[in-house]
Amino acid sequence: MKIRVERDNLADAVAWVAKSLPTRPSVPVLGGVLLDAGGDDGDGALTVSGFDYEVSATVSVSATIAEGGKVLVSGRLLADITKALPDQPVDITVDGARVGITCGNARFSLPTMPVEDYPQLPAQPQFVGELDGHAFGEAVAQVAVASGKDDTLPMLTGIRLEISGETLTMVATDRFRLALKEFTWKPADGVTGAAVLVPAKNLADAARSLGAAGSTVRLGLSSGEGMLGLSGPDRHTTTRLLDAEFPPYRKLLPSQYTSRAVLDVPAVTEAIRRVSLVAERGTQVRLEFTEGSLRLAAGGDDEGSAEEELPVTYEGEPVVIAFNPNYLLDGLTALPTDQAELTFTTPNRPALIKPLDDEGKVAAGYLYLLMPVRLPG
Amino acid sequence: MGRNTDLPADRARFRVAAGTDPADWPDDTGCGVLHIDMDAFFAAVELRSRPELAGRPVIVAGSGARSVVLSANYPARKFGVRSAMPVAQARRLCPHAVYLPPSREAYREISRAVMALFHEFTPLVEQVSVDEAFLDVSGALRRLRTTPARIGAQIRARVAADHGITCSVGVAPVKFVAKLASGMAKPDGMVVVPAAEVVSFLRPLPVTALWGVGDKTARALERAGLHTVADVADAPVARLKKAVGSALGEHLHELAHGRDPRRVEVGSPDKSLGAEHTFDVDQDDVEVVVRELLRLAERVAAGMRAKGLKGRTVSIKLRFADFTTITRARTLPAPTDVAREIHAAASGLLRDNVPASDAVRLVGVRVEGLTESAVAEQLRLGDDGVRWRDVEVAADAARGKFGETAVRPASLLAPHGRSRARSPGGKAAGRPGDSGAGT
Repeated sequence: MKIRVERDNLADAVAWVAKSLPTRPSVPVLGGVLLDAGGDDGDGALTVSGFDYEVSATVSVSATIAEGGKVLVSGRLLADITKALPDQPVDITVDGARVGITCGNARFSLPTMPVEDYPQLPAQPQFVGELDGHAFGEAVAQVAVASGKDDTLPMLTGIRLEISGETLTMVATDRFRLALKEFTWKPADGVTGAAVLVPAKNLADAARSLGAAGSTVRLGLSSGEGMLGLSGPDRHTTTRLLDAEFPPYRKLLPSQYTSRAVLDVPAVTEAIRRVSLVAERGTQVRLEFTEGSLRLAAGGDDEGSAEEELPVTYEGEPVVIAFNPNYLLDGLTALPTDQAELTFTTPNRPALIKPLDDEGKVAAGYLYLLMPVRLPG
Repeated sequence: MGRNTDLPADRARFRVAAGTDPADWPDDTGCGVLHIDMDAFFAAVELRSRPELAGRPVIVAGSGARSVVLSANYPARKFGVRSAMPVAQARRLCPHAVYLPPSREAYREISRAVMALFHEFTPLVEQVSVDEAFLDVSGALRRLRTTPARIGAQIRARVAADHGITCSVGVAPVKFVAKLASGMAKPDGMVVVPAAEVVSFLRPLPVTALWGVGDKTARALERAGLHTVADVADAPVARLKKAVGSALGEHLHELAHGRDPRRVEVGSPDKSLGAEHTFDVDQDDVEVVVRELLRLAERVAAGMRAKGLKGRTVSIKLRFADFTTITRARTLPAPTDVAREIHAAASGLLRDNVPASDAVRLVGVRVEGLTESAVAEQLRLGDDGVRWRDVEVAADAARGKFGETAVRPASLLAPHGRSRARSPGGKAAGRPGDSGAGT
């Protein structure tokens, strides 16, 4: 192999692929990045890929190819090197079991790993529809906050993706809170419905980097092989699906409320951050609602206490409801707007947070459900 | 029982000498934590009724063939005798010592009285063992118009006057430094580590001075070229994580800079509840081990509910056919006393940590980080439907009425092949709490 590529293109591609590689690969080759320059046909593309049986990532980079071929090198090392290269064209040549990287006056020689031990990269699953990359990245981030981190409950570590015609719904829950996002997209011809569970972390990583590119994201699905694919203009990623039942969540969403508060999100989040400084990990912040006012309080005699009062619009009986401050902040900071509505019935039943638009109306498409903390006594 | 770490000569200035003016003591501003450790506790209690033995080596130990030293006074320690050493070895080192059988009731009584004395100064007393406690006195200073070191001196005087035994006190801003300080104060002394000097106090010490560093971690650190606390403090966190793993690496980085997040925890002396079971025949069927975990989880959960406790860290202990033993722990998002949840975490740990082919000799489940269950409870989605906890509480009631076997999970009912033949000897090593670490 003998090729020349632009430094920035190569660095971006390697950085993106290396990010999806396992930190501690079960076998060394899975920590590698595969550089594939194809045949010897002059101007063409170099593909940079990584795969660990769970996630795959592939980027094509335009390259001048003098001699085609494939080589497998340590992903971490290659990412560190390409990031540090000066801004000049990069020459990559393979000589026996070593690969040489030359850029300006800098020269690296790295050992390679056997390409024949590297697993076959998965094919892109069948195209099912497309959507705006930026909106997709934001939506996944809004939902991923509620996903579980506890891998003894795999069904809670995923984001459920539901396709129903032109509506795409994403939902995640760790049993303490649930986030749901619904939006319209362009399904492929003949695609009517499907529901799959995608590991939340993988989907969030992929959506973030594809969304950052800003262009259209194409979604592919292969239920048979249990795989989801996402593609941007020159990059593709696949992730294995979770083989688990997602809880039947629709019936858990409250349909009515007796208390409703309108919150100024920046003011309330700042106040929560302040008072929860005295709330130890896992303890609660208390929200005391009375007409026109919200008093936030946390802590107690032993650990120190804090309180702060804010004006709010509140309809309902005076009430004290308590939440884990981190869960509450996760929900408020995931909102796309500066005004939010908090509704609930009693202090021991689920509460709902929804974004409000400039006119004070509920902005459809997103909701964050939060279970309160039951206070003793 | 404190680990004795000698006070390096250049830092003798941290020691509070008897009879000196408190104005000359090290600055104890912000040193809210006291660690108090009785000196050679059992031996000291015996010497109260046998004053003629003072100055002679005295060793308290059982009389059985495989007994170990329970306590040795300082004259005996000069000969190299240590707690937990086999008596046979102690006799070789110090044949002329006086060997006394333990009088456990007397120890318990004095321990209770000493702990009650601590409570006169602050309600924040965390009893670590029969002869050792942490006190958080920061909230009591204004009321008592005093300083932490003065409280330490007062307690030392009271313990000696009321009970005729001595104790050593470490005064520091955080727990593990206070504990190191009391170890250096021994015997019959007090060491104050001023808040501003915690880091310089720690830096020259060996890595084993850090809380949580045992032989194994020390070896891992040595391999990474880290011998002293200073080495650990100066090492990049990434290097520490590489040497000892991610969680421990961050923990050690914090400690090496004198930061210890643990607070003095009052309350339940039960810090953990557990149960374990030794299989009659080493067991290589992971499903059988998983079922045994369910039985143990049921038992631990019932014990926790009976005591009104919940915990958020679940650990399992596994001993393999070759007697290697591992424990693995996982922290839950919220405290629980529900067997289903304990079992889910425990079997997850089992599946992650046991290679399929390995035969298991002993399995144990333990729940740590116990708190009173009356504290606020994070509710879950769907909690208003059937909750496992309600099911288990109903089962508790049925068992209370009709006996242990009245209600059991279905998977524990039918005999499953070879493993279910359990002889009386195969009974779990203890009821929940029997093997509880909290004392």
